[in-house]
Amino acid sequence: MENRDGSVKGLIFNIQRYSIHDGPGIRTNVFLKGCPLRCKWCCNPESQSPKAEQMQDAEGNPGTVGREVTVGEVMEEIVKDDRYYYRSGGGVTLTGGECLFQPDFSCALLQACRDHQLNTAIETTAFASLEVIRRFIPLVDCWMMDIKHMDPQKHKEWCGQSNEVILDNARYLSEHHPCVILRVPVIPGVNDTPEEIGAIAAFANSLGKGVRALHLLPYHRLGEDKYRRLGRTYALRDIEPLLPEQMIPLRDAAAKYSLPVQIGG
Amino acid sequence: MAYKIYDTTMTDRVKRLKERTYGGKPRLESDRAVLITEAYQASEDQPIDMRRALAFQHILEHLPIAIREDELIVGCNTKEPRSSQVFPEFSYAWIEQELDTMEHRSADPFYVSPEDKEALRRIFPYWKGKTVSELALSYMSEDTKKAMAHNVFTPGNYLYNGIGHVCVDYGKVLRCGMLGLIDEIEKTLAGLKETDPDYNTRMIFLQAAKLSLQAAIAYAQRYAKLAREMAGICRDATRRAELEQIARNCTRVPAHPASSFYEALQSFWFVQLLIQTESNGHSISPGRFDQYMYPYLKKDLEAGVLTPDAAQELVDCVWVKLNEVSKCRDEFSAAGFAGYGLFQNLCVGGQTRDGRDATNDMSFMCLQASYHTRLPQPSLSVRVWNGTPQDLLRKCVEVTQTGIGLPAYYNDEVIIPALINRGLTIYDAREYNLIGCVEPQKGGKTDGWHDAAFYNMCRPMEFVFTSGMDEGEQVGPKTMPIASMKTFEDFKEAYKEQLEYFIDRMVNADNAIDYAHMQRGSMPFLSTMIEDCIGRGKSAQQGGAVYNFTGPQGFGVANIGDGMLAVKKLVFDQHAFTLTELKAAMDANFGREDSAPDGQNAQVTSIVKTIVDRLIAQGKKVTDDQIKTILKGVMANETMYANLYGAGSGMESSRAAQIRKQIMGCPKFGNDLDEPDEMAREVAYMYTGYVEKFTNPRGGRYQAGLYPVSANVPLGTQTMATPDGRYAHAPIADGCSPVSGCDVLGPTAAANSVAKLDHAIASNGTLFNQKFHPSALSGESGLVAFTNLIRSYFDNKGSHVQFNVVDRQTLLDAQKHPENYKTLVVRVAGYSALFTSLSKSLQDDIINRTEQALKI
Repeated sequence: MENRDGSVKGLIFNIQRYSIHDGPGIRTNVFLKGCPLRCKWCCNPESQSPKAEQMQDAEGNPGTVGREVTVGEVMEEIVKDDRYYYRSGGGVTLTGGECLFQPDFSCALLQACRDHQLNTAIETTAFASLEVIRRFIPLVDCWMMDIKHMDPQKHKEWCGQSNEVILDNARYLSEHHPCVILRVPVIPGVNDTPEEIGAIAAFANSLGKGVRALHLLPYHRLGEDKYRRLGRTYALRDIEPLLPEQMIPLRDAAAKYSLPVQIGG
Repeated sequence: MAYKIYDTTMTDRVKRLKERTYGGKPRLESDRAVLITEAYQASEDQPIDMRRALAFQHILEHLPIAIREDELIVGCNTKEPRSSQVFPEFSYAWIEQELDTMEHRSADPFYVSPEDKEALRRIFPYWKGKTVSELALSYMSEDTKKAMAHNVFTPGNYLYNGIGHVCVDYGKVLRCGMLGLIDEIEKTLAGLKETDPDYNTRMIFLQAAKLSLQAAIAYAQRYAKLAREMAGICRDATRRAELEQIARNCTRVPAHPASSFYEALQSFWFVQLLIQTESNGHSISPGRFDQYMYPYLKKDLEAGVLTPDAAQELVDCVWVKLNEVSKCRDEFSAAGFAGYGLFQNLCVGGQTRDGRDATNDMSFMCLQASYHTRLPQPSLSVRVWNGTPQDLLRKCVEVTQTGIGLPAYYNDEVIIPALINRGLTIYDAREYNLIGCVEPQKGGKTDGWHDAAFYNMCRPMEFVFTSGMDEGEQVGPKTMPIASMKTFEDFKEAYKEQLEYFIDRMVNADNAIDYAHMQRGSMPFLSTMIEDCIGRGKSAQQGGAVYNFTGPQGFGVANIGDGMLAVKKLVFDQHAFTLTELKAAMDANFGREDSAPDGQNAQVTSIVKTIVDRLIAQGKKVTDDQIKTILKGVMANETMYANLYGAGSGMESSRAAQIRKQIMGCPKFGNDLDEPDEMAREVAYMYTGYVEKFTNPRGGRYQAGLYPVSANVPLGTQTMATPDGRYAHAPIADGCSPVSGCDVLGPTAAANSVAKLDHAIASNGTLFNQKFHPSALSGESGLVAFTNLIRSYFDNKGSHVQFNVVDRQTLLDAQKHPENYKTLVVRVAGYSALFTSLSKSLQDDIINRTEQALKI
């Protein structure tokens, strides 16, 4: 049973209302801070460190990113859009950062959403212990997780961690969660060959019935500016986004199996 | 499912009609002005209703007519499309003054030919002392005129023009024909007793009404004759057949009941055109077009005499026609109603009289016509209620996606009870339509006076700081000096007193204008199509309508609410600065170079103001001549005076800017925060609650609206800095939308704040604008989420919302001038965000994506 008194604290860096592409309906996205992976293309680099940090705003003024909040405080914001969730079948999406990285806070927040009869979704790396995964399963309606590469070496090279835990968790979730969506950020030079995407699709199709769809998310550079504002350098500076037509053979490679495939989330 | 949706495309004919309509320059034509002058000169011994009817008849007998190439629906009251006639019976002095500059002005220029100028100059002298506006001004109190001269409110719309703002019973004309209306008049006349106390006035009105209808029928016959003549010499067989059909239509309607969909549309157009020939009142609104047109469409489609494509083409033709009529306003008003718009509001959807969903095939055809033509007219509205089919809302959003800002969305669940509260029966309330911009009324039964005045709620706030002084004159009441105010209640009380004092003056002005229209601006033709004018034997202007209202608009709720909260928190709770310091900071325009309107030197104005205020404070009297002398002196030695009276206040720029920074740090309306939202709600009530206490000369109630059309910009230029941190001359908040740039938490937060106002009591209409990037609506999920956004805002009891879905050009401009686009919503990657909150590189990325997103 999760804590229900609303006092559990967590570190977040944004609450984004009227989010319409991260799960069903009109949603509020809660961005959690702290992530065990260090994907070089990450579009939310301010989400990685588990601590509040200095970050300039878009005009170059100094500022801080990350604030400690209680579940109760976040719920106060969330319920303001109740009527939008009821009308649209929407709800709340925990994203980040990595919500599995703050399990007490995330689970208490998801429980509060459940108690409020809101649809719940998470966007996750699934890089966590099985114990944590099990704790989340009953609290999440829609489980969106990334599969970035099937090759453990390449995964470690680009994301800072190997992929064994992630793939094991994907197998477990596919048997124990009713709605898992697998998502592949398609990064030029990392995983943008039909062979690599095909390998992920083959894996996805080998999983249990809980897996509902495979989404291919084309690389974009929308986070580039944030690296500068954090005083960091962007490793993928020279990579051009894929053209829409370059996505077609990748989608075809993924769609050879029975699992539905789409470009974009 | 009670409706069918037809997939149609815009025909080449409609494309050509559209191009031709926008081919030339709008002109000011003199024909009507000359004709009405002749008619008035010949009827000086007649009662006013009869003079109006005789003039209408004379105009319709002689006004040039034309059937333009490709037209299927005919009738125009100017030689060139988008041109305007002149209506000297309401006012003329401004036209006389602006005749030579009208062609080159920035808002809505009109070309006037030398011949037209000469003709107009010849007739104007006749009208001196005879106009509605002169009579109205003679009725107003001196204090009222002073308040108007100091720009607290403007009733200019009805002071200088016809009333308009009406929706007649088009359906009745289609059903009964004008001969049917004449029949009704004759029966009523036969029932009059010569001994009745009002026999004479009723008899005259009814005879005038009959004459007006006969004139309209004869006017249609002129078109029938012209069409036959043109057919006789037409060598193209297809066009010849079309002209012959036009001739048959105009022979039958509007005299007779419409026997086909085509005739119904032609009959509608004659009514629409002729109301705008009788008077230049704008916002002549077609109302529930889908309801009264549908029976004709259904019959013809079922009988197989009309295809959906042909029907759609005819509707598209009517849409182009609605853009052909135009109106010339004075230079200042033109800026307040920018865009040549006539606000012909046409409404679809909603409920039937007995409370069932009203959506039908015609509703979709209307939306499709706007989708095809992408023109600003008609002002398309959709009524939404809990039972509105999702199909209709989807179709609406497809039109919204085109970026034309249409349709506007209205909430039955708020508006119907609001109208019942104003005395409508539930049946009438369910059949409401919209007038002009956002004003609900029961069409065919109401004289609503919906744009009775614009009331700038920021001006009384300025007077709080001067105890009613403005430019050296005591204009408002002498409220408590700010230096003596001990509590926030003192401050609020002073604002309330100033606000109410000027509402009183506004009511005096509106009632004066009302009497003037009653006596000189009667409309017998229009009144035949409004219940119960025939029964009562009175025109609508004389109180003949079943429902009568006067609706003046307040605007600036967000500025005053935010300003009040800033004063409460910073002056009285935290003692961060005093009211005197705040006044000094505002006088110094919060330390910013004043961006005064063209040709004015704000620094000079400000210094003169300070000197004059000081003289008066010393108990001296200052005459206009003395002010002129001071002005000359200041202009000659501006630098010296600026040092003496630095920006009019003696406050350092940096201190003034610092005060503004503190103000901007206060919570603002538009972010779903209870504190500022409650304050805005209270401010809105101060206006709406006080306005509804009054009655008008037609026996109806006052009811407030909260919307400015586009007057918030020009009237903002007349307003100095306000305590919410708004700079002098900057635009005032638009409608009941938040202050531009102050709502930073996205569309749902802003909508929630706006919905917290009591929209039902502002029953003359409220207006909420939201801006979206097209990509925020793209894709199935974007579209569906958007319909749910509308429904949820309406669940929260919002009354109206409209959307600007903006394009690439706008985004480029937004990069250059981010301060103007602070609430622009764009879809980024997997989420939506405020455009200006994004970095330059990201903005570029989105701009480059836009064109793809715009493909519909």
